[in-house]
Amino acid sequence: MKREFKASINRALNDANLTGALGKFSEAYKVNRTKAYEGIDFEDLRGRIAEAKSGAACHLDEVAETFRMNAEALGAKVFRTRDPEEVKQYILKVARENGVKNVVKSKSMATEEIHLNQALLKEGISVAETDLGEWIIQLAGQTPSHMVMPAIHMTKEEVAEIFSKEVDERLDTDIPRLVKVARNELRPKFLAADMGISGANIAVAETGSIVLVTNEGNARLVTTLPRVHVALVGVEKLVEKFETVVPILDALPRSATAQLLTSYVSIISGPTPNDDGSLKDLHIILMDNQRTDMAKDPKFKQALQCIRCGSCLNVCPIFRLVGGHVFGKVYTGGIGTILTAWFDELKKSEEIQGLCIQCGNCTQVCPGKLDIPEMIMEIRRRLVLEKGQPLVQKAIFSVVNNRKLFHGMLRAASVAGKPFTSGKFIRHLPLFLSELTDGRSLPAIADKPFRDIHPGIEQPKGKEKAVFYAGCLIDFAYPETGVALVKLLNKAGIEVVFPEEQTCCGAPALYSGAYEVAAQNAADNIAALLEQDAQYVVSACPTCTVALAHDFAKTLEAVGRTEWLDKARILAGKTVDLATLVKRLVDQGRLSFQEGEQLGKITYHDSCHLKRTLNVSEQPRELLQQAGYELEEMFECDMCCGMGGSYSMKLPEISAPILKRKLKNIKDTGASLVAMDCPGCVLQISGGFDQDGAAVRVKHTAELLAERLKD
Amino acid sequence: MYEQFKARAVGVGAEVHRVTTCSDAVEFVLSFLKQEGIADHPGIYAVWAQGPFLDAVGREVLRGVPGLSFEVTRERAAQAKVGISDMSFAVADTGSLVQDQAAADQRLASALTGIHIALVPTSNILADKTSLFSRINPANSRFIAFITGPSRTADIERVLTIGVHGPERLIILFVDELGGEKR
Repeated sequence: MKREFKASINRALNDANLTGALGKFSEAYKVNRTKAYEGIDFEDLRGRIAEAKSGAACHLDEVAETFRMNAEALGAKVFRTRDPEEVKQYILKVARENGVKNVVKSKSMATEEIHLNQALLKEGISVAETDLGEWIIQLAGQTPSHMVMPAIHMTKEEVAEIFSKEVDERLDTDIPRLVKVARNELRPKFLAADMGISGANIAVAETGSIVLVTNEGNARLVTTLPRVHVALVGVEKLVEKFETVVPILDALPRSATAQLLTSYVSIISGPTPNDDGSLKDLHIILMDNQRTDMAKDPKFKQALQCIRCGSCLNVCPIFRLVGGHVFGKVYTGGIGTILTAWFDELKKSEEIQGLCIQCGNCTQVCPGKLDIPEMIMEIRRRLVLEKGQPLVQKAIFSVVNNRKLFHGMLRAASVAGKPFTSGKFIRHLPLFLSELTDGRSLPAIADKPFRDIHPGIEQPKGKEKAVFYAGCLIDFAYPETGVALVKLLNKAGIEVVFPEEQTCCGAPALYSGAYEVAAQNAADNIAALLEQDAQYVVSACPTCTVALAHDFAKTLEAVGRTEWLDKARILAGKTVDLATLVKRLVDQGRLSFQEGEQLGKITYHDSCHLKRTLNVSEQPRELLQQAGYELEEMFECDMCCGMGGSYSMKLPEISAPILKRKLKNIKDTGASLVAMDCPGCVLQISGGFDQDGAAVRVKHTAELLAERLKD
Repeated sequence: MYEQFKARAVGVGAEVHRVTTCSDAVEFVLSFLKQEGIADHPGIYAVWAQGPFLDAVGREVLRGVPGLSFEVTRERAAQAKVGISDMSFAVADTGSLVQDQAAADQRLASALTGIHIALVPTSNILADKTSLFSRINPANSRFIAFITGPSRTADIERVLTIGVHGPERLIILFVDELGGEKR
């Protein structure tokens, strides 16, 4: 990672205004958004949006042509182009033909995308952004840091400073007063402008309408006062039917700012009369700029379902730490990473794609049903295909693809690590894991991996058999979690088998874009895990479970190793996470816990993959309570702990503050014990507490449950 | 539905009133204009855009009110403290008003002024957008405007501030007598 990029991250992290404002906003957003969606079936709503938008994306050309015909029939002039340069030339031509000297703009990301303002200014045309946030950043000479709240990174002091210069008068930081200054300054610009430029939130092919959504009322003035109105519309804003406006209006304000509806929505269909009675000169530009290519790409087609609400930014644990100026260029955050890779170029996204920790918060709230982390993984894959793997990573992965060598090295690490070990933790890891983190210790490699312990466990030999997939962390660092798992299943009469040939699940390689390596891991594991005839394949690591149940098939397909697909699907069908399986066994009366003892308060941390990919969150909570614990929920219980596999080593400066926040939330519950279902989270959080010094025990749910089994 | 609408609209900062007859409505408006000190002087004008309400009551009863004009030019609207216009529909679940505002004076009166008084037939309160969309059609309204509360921004430090480019007060007056579907 380039030094400037790391420097920009550090600057952002040390900007108390920025992290304070974003942190406060994201906390309030979660609560307000939930309230705004009360009584609404979000899954149904986003299903309808995704279907309508993907329908339009499937035949963009046709839909755009229908829009053009219908808008032109109403008297609008419609210009379609793939090329951003042509957009600028067209607007300049319209400006010249109409003798335009002054332009007022209503917020439009598409014009940011093509840097329209510079083009107009170069021709001697004055341009005023009229959205308050956009005007602030225009005066400050900056770019927007958020799609919906462009100036969220600035304080009222900075705004007062900027406005003071503009009006040549010392202004204080009273926000209503600053807003009044903006109103007074911009009003004459509205009245004097000869051209208004807007974007569009929706373009309806069936009726030739554009829909504008604002709170300030500036879009109403931009489209009313000047004689000429130019609307610049990315073709992804197209929908086929007028009725689709309803679900988008239901979701967009709720997701963007937790409003039921914005103050103003304008549906404009053809030119309207000006106040002097003449008809407005209405130009609608349908801009492509890579969108058609995106629509043809099976992995990225879904990006056209985006309604630009910015909710992926609002819930992103990374965005709230570093803000938009690190995380993207014109479009920021998760979706911004994807749009940068396409509208700009793939290599422009090289650094920012690395910011995604793959926690999946954004997929849960996206009203367009985009899987942003999946698309970011695909960007990683394509970057690796284009540029190859960095040498160090290549060396690591060549080891990971050779099970014997890899496991040999892990065993060696348990010996080599000795001088560096203090209790259960290594403070300095040897070998390839040596670039380490602040604020977190790493686990010691166990003296005896689970694979060596397993043969010594005497087990019931019955008809019911489960294959245990341990994953590297449980096998080599936390074998006690594996022992607990065996104890739980044995108690229910299930024999647990452990195929020795199992190896790394491939997640580290996959999340780094090294698909070939991950595919080899997948194939090796499929062969090993299906060799035994068992009812289930069970794992106590959600990341591994996701690999087995979701990723193997996708990865193998991506690299063309389709001969493995049938087996991958069989494996996926058998795979279950431990909490779900144990809950089932308890419900069936095959397992029960000791009764009558009050074990005191416990809090629970949701692991990203378990909660959001596998949709498991109630089972472990119910089990822990059945086992005698009193559950005290923590604030942001399902927010990522900052582990993210190798993320915590690549971007320790980001991982550390995320972890710190998590530790605080845990401590704030007053519980002296925190349970979780992922050994990666155990590593991160127990490592954090080791250095933090607080007396909080960190345990995998499996161990807590195994301790409480009825004899 | 009136109660639901009122709760939602008040929730986003609108002021909601209801009268029985058109003459009650005239009285309400006149006393409001008086209270706001509307006079024939730039900055404190009032403008009233042509619409179903004026059709129903006629302008005669309103003639001679100081500062009030029915000619809604951009200059007059920009200098007006109060703008009065009709709204066709009210949508209960979001507290929104909806109207065909293809005529420029409708937008000038409701977008440039400091206070917007919206007159709405009580019988045209609809449950939600879905029922609204069966009543509006872009084929016969070139500028369909939704108005939900006064103009607002939260662009500086996420602090909600009212009245940035549009009206800082939205006063909604339901008139029972107006009745029927109006365009």
